[in-house]
Amino acid sequence: MPRPFTSLRSRAIPMLTVNIDTDQIIPSREMRSTGKTGLAKGLFAGWRYLSGTDYEPDPAFMLNHAEFAGAGILLAGENFGCGSSREHAVWALAEYGIRTIIAPSFAPIFQNNCSRNGLLCIALSERAIEEISQLDGELTVDLSTQKIALSGGTFWGFEIDDEAKAILTSGLEPIDLTLKHSASIANWQAADAKERPWIYLNPQDQQGHLS
Amino acid sequence: MLCPDADAEVHGKFARTASIWPRSVYFTGVIVANRAMSKTLFDKIWDRHTVAPIMQGGALIAIDRIFLHERTGAVALNSLAAAGRQPSDPSRVFCVMDHIVDTRPGRSDKTLIPGGQAFISETREAAKRAGIHLFDVTDPDQGITHVISPELGIVLPGCTLITPDSHTCTQGAFGALAWGVGSSDAEHAMATGTLRLKRPKTMRVEFTGTPSQGVTAKDLILALIAEHSASGGAGCVIEFCGSTVRSLCMEARMTLCNMATEFGAMTAIIAPDGKTFDYLENRRFAPKGKLWDAALTDWQDLHCDENAQFDCEIVIDAAKLAPMISWGTSVDATIPITGCVPSNADKAVLEYIALERGQQLIGTSIDAAFIGSCTNARLSDLRRAAKILKDRTVSAGITAICVPGSSEVKRSAEREGLDQIFLDAGFEWRESGCSMCFFAGGESFAEGARVISSTNRNFQSRQGVSVKTHIASPETVAASAVRGAITDHRELN
Repeated sequence: MPRPFTSLRSRAIPMLTVNIDTDQIIPSREMRSTGKTGLAKGLFAGWRYLSGTDYEPDPAFMLNHAEFAGAGILLAGENFGCGSSREHAVWALAEYGIRTIIAPSFAPIFQNNCSRNGLLCIALSERAIEEISQLDGELTVDLSTQKIALSGGTFWGFEIDDEAKAILTSGLEPIDLTLKHSASIANWQAADAKERPWIYLNPQDQQGHLS
Repeated sequence: MLCPDADAEVHGKFARTASIWPRSVYFTGVIVANRAMSKTLFDKIWDRHTVAPIMQGGALIAIDRIFLHERTGAVALNSLAAAGRQPSDPSRVFCVMDHIVDTRPGRSDKTLIPGGQAFISETREAAKRAGIHLFDVTDPDQGITHVISPELGIVLPGCTLITPDSHTCTQGAFGALAWGVGSSDAEHAMATGTLRLKRPKTMRVEFTGTPSQGVTAKDLILALIAEHSASGGAGCVIEFCGSTVRSLCMEARMTLCNMATEFGAMTAIIAPDGKTFDYLENRRFAPKGKLWDAALTDWQDLHCDENAQFDCEIVIDAAKLAPMISWGTSVDATIPITGCVPSNADKAVLEYIALERGQQLIGTSIDAAFIGSCTNARLSDLRRAAKILKDRTVSAGITAICVPGSSEVKRSAEREGLDQIFLDAGFEWRESGCSMCFFAGGESFAEGARVISSTNRNFQSRQGVSVKTHIASPETVAASAVRGAITDHRELN
């Protein structure tokens, strides 16, 4: 079950590159087991380390700057999370400690994966993100009021759809929520099996349909 | 490195790959009431699959087909089992070994990536426990998910299909709503037969005109992305239409839909027609006999109604397009083959790709050539590449590899003697799989190599550490392999 998200106070790590893809977030070579854990070390591995073999931190990379140690907010360019649908990208970010990503836009599969794992994606304009990136100090992200507050008293509001907000706030498992509709699902399938019988395959028949 | 730093070049700005065209996507301002009368193809599939309205602007949508693979299949199946759940209808869940399976001849479960064998064996065990259909390493029907799903008649017009793989949009070519999801949603769909979805926006992309000689479906989709950016699809469901799309064969339509994800779309769809139905008839899992007739009748309604409204529309004159090739590390960093690296190209990208502003791509030396992937490794792709390779040889020192999209594609190609043309030219001829489209299998091109590739992504290090990938059509890959440098294939045809 994902951790419920209420609010977060943290510095924001600026990585204002556009089109940061999931191959960069977690290179395939860093996905070493069929589990969902042990991925934080591989986060941004291609950029974060001086070479792919010894994991020696590259001091130039933002995540390795001392001031961003333990930061839980990432600032990024548009189309963040594009590319492969690998949920490992989100698991790696979450395990590293990122809980909120602020970008002008997100790739659809990635954004959905985030809300399934307790990560909040906030879409703000490039201008707002640039402004935030130039500030020193911490931000407070509050999901209930949908506001990002800065130390000086300024804030930005953000939009989030009700479904993502409800799941993030409650930490509820979407499968449990959906199974409350089991009767509707069964009714729909029974009616659909009459209308579109070709969709329903015979479990005993590995060849597909019995004609 | 692409990450921003304190350098003045990117300070206060977003590091951006330059596009040679300005962006011009116009949202048309839909009047919602119109939807009730005239529906898009997407509207029809969405409405029919709506089980319950569970949220504002969204619904619980029934999922007809789920396809897993060994890279994420075991995660989803094991996670489901750990929660004490089973797939609600295992007969509609499929799984194939394609992502990290070795593609070298004589393969087994062994794969070069550390721990890779466990992905294969654990997926196999989990699939057997769950009672789902499994296409194992040595199964004659094994192949890349998005190639075998149509080959086996698993995807059908009007159905909903998901896979934890971003290129699931390929299968929209059959008039299905097919899209990529993460592992959690694959698990959700298996457990409940549904997904919780916000209704996506819709976009109509019309291609008109007859493409000139040597311009393929790959070039159409690359041109779209180059012009409207890698996020131009804005999470929409795109309906590809127009005379150009109608004239494409099913395999070319799959290539077109395949890269909707590189356009930032949720997926793409093409209304089914006679070509679609002919392709699917008598396939293994397709309905047969009276069931086929009933399905065919039902599928006649799978088209966009006249006057149906889209949120956004784009029209492209295909007659004006040239073969396309990527120059950078984002798919929208793509230009016509005869073009030059844009004068405003990002410096960090240029440093990675080792090119200069204004440099012509034609004539740039390559180290390797790759024909494969769910984008361009079907029989028609191999035939077109073989036409260029026949009686020619790959330039000395070039690593050249061909990986058929499925075991069936491989057998068909071998029956036609295409394998011999590839081998005679100096290409390796492999077993089917995703292979070096990305190096999930642990095999990769040499560090820093420049590779011309019929695949879909030119991301940094995707095909190996520091590998410089140029994506293009199979023809361009074949011609460039022969010359040992990026080549306009029309010169060899």
